[in-house]
Amino acid sequence: MANPQLNLTVRTPSSNVAIIDIQGEVTGAAETPLMNAYEEASKSGARTIILNFSNLEYMNSSGIGLLVTLLIRVNRQKQRMFSYGLSDHYQQIFQLTRLNEAIGIYADEASALSAAG
Amino acid sequence: MSSNPPSDKQKASEQAWAKPTDHLHVEHEMPSGSINLTVQGRQLTNPLQGFGQMWQKTYRIKLIAPRVPATGKAAMPQDIIAGWKTNFAKFWPRGNDFYAPLTEIQPGEVAVLNLKGPGGMPLSTGIRVIYADDEQFSFMTPQGHMFAGMITFSSFDEDGVYAQVQALIRASDPAYEFFFKLGIIGKMEDEFWAATLKNLAEYFGSTGKVEIKTQLVDPRWNWGAAKNITHNAAMWSGIYTVTAPLRWFGKKSGEKK
Repeated sequence: MANPQLNLTVRTPSSNVAIIDIQGEVTGAAETPLMNAYEEASKSGARTIILNFSNLEYMNSSGIGLLVTLLIRVNRQKQRMFSYGLSDHYQQIFQLTRLNEAIGIYADEASALSAAG
Repeated sequence: MSSNPPSDKQKASEQAWAKPTDHLHVEHEMPSGSINLTVQGRQLTNPLQGFGQMWQKTYRIKLIAPRVPATGKAAMPQDIIAGWKTNFAKFWPRGNDFYAPLTEIQPGEVAVLNLKGPGGMPLSTGIRVIYADDEQFSFMTPQGHMFAGMITFSSFDEDGVYAQVQALIRASDPAYEFFFKLGIIGKMEDEFWAATLKNLAEYFGSTGKVEIKTQLVDPRWNWGAAKNITHNAAMWSGIYTVTAPLRWFGKKSGEKK
């Protein structure tokens, strides 16, 4: 399959929170980089993983499937998953796929960090 | 909020994804003899809303020299998807029916399925098309379907043209999980999609061997979803089937009055 046009960076604004900044396209080909980013985010001991979708360019249905499998890994580690930066369109997709019931959606980084505690 | 015009990628995304809806609506006429029982008013369910262990099942076929039927030219992945979307119901194994409002798979469509359930019992359920573009299309299942989850149909070139069905699913309720654990439902699924992929291959003048890969994503049962059993489509379809004589008598009584 084609290489993902995806760039992921991990930040740890505090000891119990990690942010994965997503830039580019989240499709099926993004599985390995996304899971690697999660491993890196978890190394710091983060209890909350926040996905920053501010620079998301495209996500297809395989990308949504990846978020589900990522969420399973998060839950198994007794972590929580939040998100921010979703456009109205992708918020609708989270609603369509009922991912909004499992991943907290926040308007911006500050509110996501505040909810993370 | 940005006031920039939408990018091409954003426009493409808006065309490819369905709009959210709280509950499914079946808006098309159903053929005589078909059963539309457990779709109207139901919610979609992703794998997180199912009960059983979560599995990713991948069915893949490498197509040997596929040809576009109309032109005879070598078929590329986009040709495979175009043909699959247009002829989706035709590739299903006999005895299983897919009733959709349009001739081609499009985002937002709600289709009613009449399937051969465990033991050959008729099972009426449905799906909604949540995504469709030139490279893949995906369904989500409603409450009551055997599985809570998503299933994606795709084609790609990876040193040869492949067609693939990939399901990320959980048995919806404890009853389905019981039959899944017995191997009954899993075997049915494997045979169903292998047959579908072979029918697809034949449409493109091709053959190939179906490979099946199964991955356990989450071994835990989701006990909070045990109550899904109240929506069990196999149960309601079974009740509908065995009460058919009562409806017949009722209809005849009504005609005599």
